[in-house]
Amino acid sequence: MDVKLGVLAGDTRAVARAITWVENGDPRGAEVIRGVYASTGRAYIVGLTGSPGAGKSTLVSRLAALLAARGQKVGILAVDPSSPFSGGAILGDRVRMFEVALTRDVYIRSMGTRGALGGLNRATRMAARILDAAGFDWIFVETVGAGQAEVDVHDVAYTTAVVMAPGMGDDIQAMKAGIMEIGDLFIINKADRDGADRTATQVESVLQLSMTEGWNPPVLKVSAELNTGIDSVVDTIERHRAHLVASGKLDVLKTRMAKLDVLEILKARLADTMKQQLDQPAVQVELEKVASKQSDPYSLADIIFEQSWRNI
Amino acid sequence: MEEKIRVLVAKPGLDGHDRGAKVLARAFMDAGMEVIYTGIRRTPEQIAEVAVQEDVDVVALSCLSGAHNTLFPKVVDLLREKGADDMLIMGGGVIPEDDIPFLKEHGISEVFGPGTPLATCVDYIRSHVKKEA
Amino acid sequence: MYDKESVGRLKAAKAKWQQGADRIPAGKTSKTYSDCRTSSGIDVKLLYTTEDVGEMNYMRDLGFPGEYPYTRGYQATMYRGRLWTMRQYAGFATVEESNRRYKYLLNQGQTGLSIAFDLPTQLGMDADHPLSEGEVGKVGVSVSSLADLEVLFDGIPLDQVSTSMTINAPAAVLMAMYIALARRKGISADKLNGTIQNDILKEYSARGTYIYPPAPSMRIISDIFAYCSKEAPNWNMISISGYHMREAGCTAVQEVAFTLADGIAYVDAAVKAGLDVDSFAARVSFFFDAHSNLLEEVAKFRAARRMWARIMKDRFHAQNPKSLMLRFHTQTAGCTLTSQQPDNNVVRVTLQALAAVLGGTQSLHTNSRDEALSLPSEDSVRIALRTQQIIGYESGVADTVDPLAGSYFVESMTNRIEEEALKYIAKIDELGGAVKAIERGFIQQEIQNSSYQYQLEIESGKKVIVGVNKFQVENKPFKNLMRIDSALYEKRHKELDAMKSRRDTTKVEAALAQVKVVAGSDANLMPAIIDAVDAYATLGEVCDVLRSVFGEHRPDASF
Repeated sequence: MDVKLGVLAGDTRAVARAITWVENGDPRGAEVIRGVYASTGRAYIVGLTGSPGAGKSTLVSRLAALLAARGQKVGILAVDPSSPFSGGAILGDRVRMFEVALTRDVYIRSMGTRGALGGLNRATRMAARILDAAGFDWIFVETVGAGQAEVDVHDVAYTTAVVMAPGMGDDIQAMKAGIMEIGDLFIINKADRDGADRTATQVESVLQLSMTEGWNPPVLKVSAELNTGIDSVVDTIERHRAHLVASGKLDVLKTRMAKLDVLEILKARLADTMKQQLDQPAVQVELEKVASKQSDPYSLADIIFEQSWRNI
Repeated sequence: MEEKIRVLVAKPGLDGHDRGAKVLARAFMDAGMEVIYTGIRRTPEQIAEVAVQEDVDVVALSCLSGAHNTLFPKVVDLLREKGADDMLIMGGGVIPEDDIPFLKEHGISEVFGPGTPLATCVDYIRSHVKKEA
Repeated sequence: MYDKESVGRLKAAKAKWQQGADRIPAGKTSKTYSDCRTSSGIDVKLLYTTEDVGEMNYMRDLGFPGEYPYTRGYQATMYRGRLWTMRQYAGFATVEESNRRYKYLLNQGQTGLSIAFDLPTQLGMDADHPLSEGEVGKVGVSVSSLADLEVLFDGIPLDQVSTSMTINAPAAVLMAMYIALARRKGISADKLNGTIQNDILKEYSARGTYIYPPAPSMRIISDIFAYCSKEAPNWNMISISGYHMREAGCTAVQEVAFTLADGIAYVDAAVKAGLDVDSFAARVSFFFDAHSNLLEEVAKFRAARRMWARIMKDRFHAQNPKSLMLRFHTQTAGCTLTSQQPDNNVVRVTLQALAAVLGGTQSLHTNSRDEALSLPSEDSVRIALRTQQIIGYESGVADTVDPLAGSYFVESMTNRIEEEALKYIAKIDELGGAVKAIERGFIQQEIQNSSYQYQLEIESGKKVIVGVNKFQVENKPFKNLMRIDSALYEKRHKELDAMKSRRDTTKVEAALAQVKVVAGSDANLMPAIIDAVDAYATLGEVCDVLRSVFGEHRPDASF
């Protein structure tokens, strides 16, 4: 199987294999990206974040079903936390997305965070590029974002949706920074439950204190379970997209996206190199000195950095 | 390179008993693997499609309703049709020993019956998973 | 039960004794003094004395059998009046073969029927549904229409035999078929004795054979309650089950707590639907597991009885004493059966059955030794039945009511289980009741956690399973296992086609249309469903109509 060609042809197995390669840091992954990057830039990427239990997966499933019915190809990257102890993960989003499991033109990939902080897997952006090159019109990146820290989704998407459930309003009051700032739209899911209106009001009041020019993040009430309000979500995303295009912001975001693509690769390479350095026996000796307070971390870091820089 | 073993724990057919599947999923997670669980009442078509999309290394099929002889080979056939020849496919549940040769002939590499220690399943995967050259 | 002074003196004496006991080394046993717990994590002390039950009041906490709070038994004479019903769950493959098995069991002394349906039937699918392939007749008998039920009960007098049907999501349809069948035999519904399991909440939390979402499912159940309380007053219209949650891995305390919480939810729903609690509560029954820790299980049954009586009185203000009585069926724990050294299972089942009898069960199913691998063979199921008969006729435990009452350990354990279970019920109340707790995954998560915990204890050897992680031998493959032919799918397909060609299609269509209308309204579904099945509408046809109105449940998964 020629994976690169398969990706460009939209072959499921090739796409899946390519994502595995970039996830594992397999050099073949980089080869595929090199070969397909020119074909990226068409897909529209939407990020979804929000607390566990807000119903993100069910919502994404409904969105995908709706778009697929309109003839669109939809890719979903569902990220779940990996155990910091075992490194393993139970990637459970899929269970809630089974109605689209056999829908032609919907592809779902479950990913563990694998130690990355910020709510995403390090390879998420490259996985999105692969889906883009494979001809997907929409890419949804779904992640866990309970609070301030998990904001990385904002870096991989053009539109970021924050999903909440009724009863989480009090948490929002406390949460002015973080996900409240990155949301381009706020979705109150499970709107059939008590407290939905109240939560919506609370969100609106927090948002009023932080307005961005040209775009007021709307607050939508939907029920993914009952399949209501889904089209309003799609409409809102499309409005946001139109706004980004009209205001020229989309181009800015695309350039930023490219910059971050490069930065991520650099960071990964740097981190790998540095880790290798730290494992050197000579460096171990120096580490002992830091541990016994004969030296300090900055001094050792300076030395290692200088030496590595010469080797890169 | 950071490779993880990816396992699909699947429940084909109408059987709703998922205690074993869920315990296994947790054990695999504790052993450092990434586990995708299908939930109950999945068709062989759905299972095969998920396995390919998720590019799993292992498919672990659990069935306690006696329908394994029909369902397990179907999953294997569908995976082969999709070109996923390299996946390790194992089975468990309420499966009489007499059925094991038939299942093995049809592509199930091992069957783990009631009472099998979790560690046995984990070790089997680690030693048999086909990592791409 | 004992005066404070004598308890005080005893306490001092025991402290002295304890010092001596503590000096004795634990020896070669794996259990130390500090390391003994029941399945529910309740500490088991080395010794129990009057000190442990001193606060108890006989009339308040135990009472007499047949009187509030029913701790000692729901009925005054218990097994002296009549032994528990020996009711072996049975059914497989075709209605003809199952009918033969039922007659065999009745001949061998079984006193009630318990019908096992296959998965397609349990899921409201006909035997010719594409998803039924490979599943028809495997875990129970295949029933797709009244025509099948006619053969299933051929030669069995419905007015003399009590029939329990393990059917949940499509319970209304099977109940309707049973009523229609009885009618054709000239037996009115008020003469019918039996039970339908009809407990959808545990399907969501543990068993997995649900169809519709929770809200419409509760409506169907309320409709069945209303219908049966008027037309079939001798029929137990629900068997609120803890068995399956226990089998899914929860503890004894959780089993009681979650079951009673489900019970509260059902009574609540019926009362909210306008029914007077005393009009149906007497016909609410329960279904529990009989697991391996014998004395904990006995305590569990007693605690359940006392708790339910108090709940019905204090929470629902039931006036009729019958509404306060927890009556239950028990099945020995399937999950404890091993495929290694299967004859050991006969011993396990004996001890578990004993626990159920000492706990005062109304009816009992004992598992067969080969059930870890397959449905039971005739020989194995006979041994299982004999187990009950030997306990009932030879052991003497049935000669007096609640023989373990007054045991310091059993009374203390009964109190502890009630205490712990009430905490869970309070937590579930806080979440808004069992339905909400299930929607949030609370009950499922608790079950999952206990299940994983249990498995880890087996893996570490802390929990011994004889023949599996200790005292193993090289296993010989088990011979003579029951096999169901997969060609049954084709056979049933043909049968259904033949049946459909014989029936009056216009009548069926009209009846199904009526079911749809009623489903969309507030009216009771039962009459319309009875008419439909009487016209030979199939199970799948009726359930599909309901699917079109109610939708299907979208499950989640917790770990």
